[in-house]
Amino acid sequence: MARAKKPKLAVWKFASCDGCQLSLLDCEDELLAVAANVDIAHFPEATRAVIAGPYDLSLVEGSITTPDDAERIHKIRRRSKRLITIGACATAGGIQALRNFARIDDYINYVYARPEYIDTLAKSTPIHDHVWVDFELRGCPIDRFQLVEVINAFLNERRPNIPRYSQCVECKRSGAVCVMVSRGTLCLGPVTQAGCGNLCPPLGRGCYGCFGPMEAPNTMSLAGWFREKDTSADAVRDLFRTFNAGAAPFRKESEAHEQR
Amino acid sequence: MKPAGSTDPLPAIIDKGGLQVLIDALIGGGFTVIAPRLTDGVIALDTITSVDHLPAGATDEQEAGYYRVHDGGGGRLFDYATTPQGWKRYLYPPEERLWQAKREGAGFAIVEERAPVPRYAFLGVRACDLRAIGILDAVFDHGRSAEPRYVARRDQALIIGVNCTRAGSTCFCTSMGTGPAVGTGADLVLTEFGDDAAPALLVEARSPAGRKVFARLGGRQAAAEDIEAADAAVAKAATMVTRHMATDAAAILKRNLEHREWAKVAQRCLGCANCTLVCPTCFCGSVEDTTDLTGATAARWRRWDSCFTSDFSYIHGGSIRRSGASRYRQWMTHKLSHWWQQFGSSGCVGCGRCITWCPVGIDITEQVRRIKDSEGGPH
Repeated sequence: MARAKKPKLAVWKFASCDGCQLSLLDCEDELLAVAANVDIAHFPEATRAVIAGPYDLSLVEGSITTPDDAERIHKIRRRSKRLITIGACATAGGIQALRNFARIDDYINYVYARPEYIDTLAKSTPIHDHVWVDFELRGCPIDRFQLVEVINAFLNERRPNIPRYSQCVECKRSGAVCVMVSRGTLCLGPVTQAGCGNLCPPLGRGCYGCFGPMEAPNTMSLAGWFREKDTSADAVRDLFRTFNAGAAPFRKESEAHEQR
Repeated sequence: MKPAGSTDPLPAIIDKGGLQVLIDALIGGGFTVIAPRLTDGVIALDTITSVDHLPAGATDEQEAGYYRVHDGGGGRLFDYATTPQGWKRYLYPPEERLWQAKREGAGFAIVEERAPVPRYAFLGVRACDLRAIGILDAVFDHGRSAEPRYVARRDQALIIGVNCTRAGSTCFCTSMGTGPAVGTGADLVLTEFGDDAAPALLVEARSPAGRKVFARLGGRQAAAEDIEAADAAVAKAATMVTRHMATDAAAILKRNLEHREWAKVAQRCLGCANCTLVCPTCFCGSVEDTTDLTGATAARWRRWDSCFTSDFSYIHGGSIRRSGASRYRQWMTHKLSHWWQQFGSSGCVGCGRCITWCPVGIDITEQVRRIKDSEGGPH
């Protein structure tokens, strides 16, 4: 049952690796159903055809890292009825938010042969620092089933079923054995939002925290437990300082273990 | 060991081969046999078809936030304490579609779920876990509000209990009155005793269904010495229990709903929900409605939930239990205290899973003791 008037969908890219928008193309079976129910109006990664705004739904990938982008996101917000950020870059600043813990000029001088050509901001910041965001979809990268669920909920005017509880809930439901308790593996599962599709612990790896902080993360207790079990302060700091290093609870916990 | 006036046959003695006869008889009778099995470095429940799937010689080491399996050598098949999760997931699966709806013109039609009911034989149910199933029965098989899917699975399930002959360090069944000897509700009960390399199994039939399987077992009739040795092995397990729950936990918690310990434990509690999900009696779930992209079909799902998630207490306007302290208190006071008002028993069976599988090792018995000790007076 196709809709008479299809909503216009736009996909926008800021500082990011494109992995999250690729998740939309990765939807395979569901992609045809999505394409049948929305007009893909702006999605350069998929098509050169562009339909002018305004847009009913904008998916925004990437973080704000340049003065130009800090302007551009406002223009996109003005042309979008609903704006959903997709991925750790757009919701927490991404891996590039590691710059937030250092001096930006040090990075530029180290990486680029001609640093004077680089026009960048001192910090990588999430979209919600700049404009109103209607919904944030977590993950590095996002989970394509969650992406379809959010689009689905938008189309059917209902609340998306995107839980904010811990990864542990998914492990226990699936019957995966806790790697922390049964192997002593460092795992961010107890403080990380579920949603990745239970990728690491069933394979014997601790959770890397790709989906960012869960609803009420007690990072201090978890980090304290790791420290008691002879994990170095540096290792604990690095654990919290990956794709979601800029998310406030993870940022604060990593800073607490910074050796000065 | 044999209650007076019972029509149960005298216990039999079987060996490993005899247990295979039992497994074959169950499979032949249409049962899917679920039993402890060494999987991913833990002794977890799984489907088995052979006695060789049981973790022969394996023992477990459990502490607060710690679990390891060791190869103890020998031939004991049941020489370990509780599995990481109980039997709950078979009777009350973590995720279940309840019904679907299909759009029809301006209205919709309900499509009922008609999945076949699995016929389980649970082999190796410990005393605490059997009591937990009894508690779930009280929760789900409850007159007008019965949960039909649970009841259907439960009605078909055959339970083969195992008396514990070893206690784990997080076990506290003795103070909950639930173990180590298997109580009522089992169809058959096994006790492993004797020689470490080739232990014997004492088998008791305790229900009509159990007697039917028992009749096919063979083996030899148990002698008085066998029964004595089996009883002694179970009695020894009781002496190995080192953790204890305060006997008046319900009353202690009831008069201490405001206590500094709630805030203190919240500093450690991760709110991750592991304790509730491994608890063999925690039964909370939430329902979730899904649609397909076009809105032509919708489905209602039930999933395991937990009082530790903030959505669980979400009503109009927000979550009722906003702090970690209030969520922990809800779990513990329900489990140990107001479960009595609701279902006429404690909700805790002393299996110790919440202690072992708490990633930061919070100990429910210790939490009660801290509150109790703060009250002063003789204890």
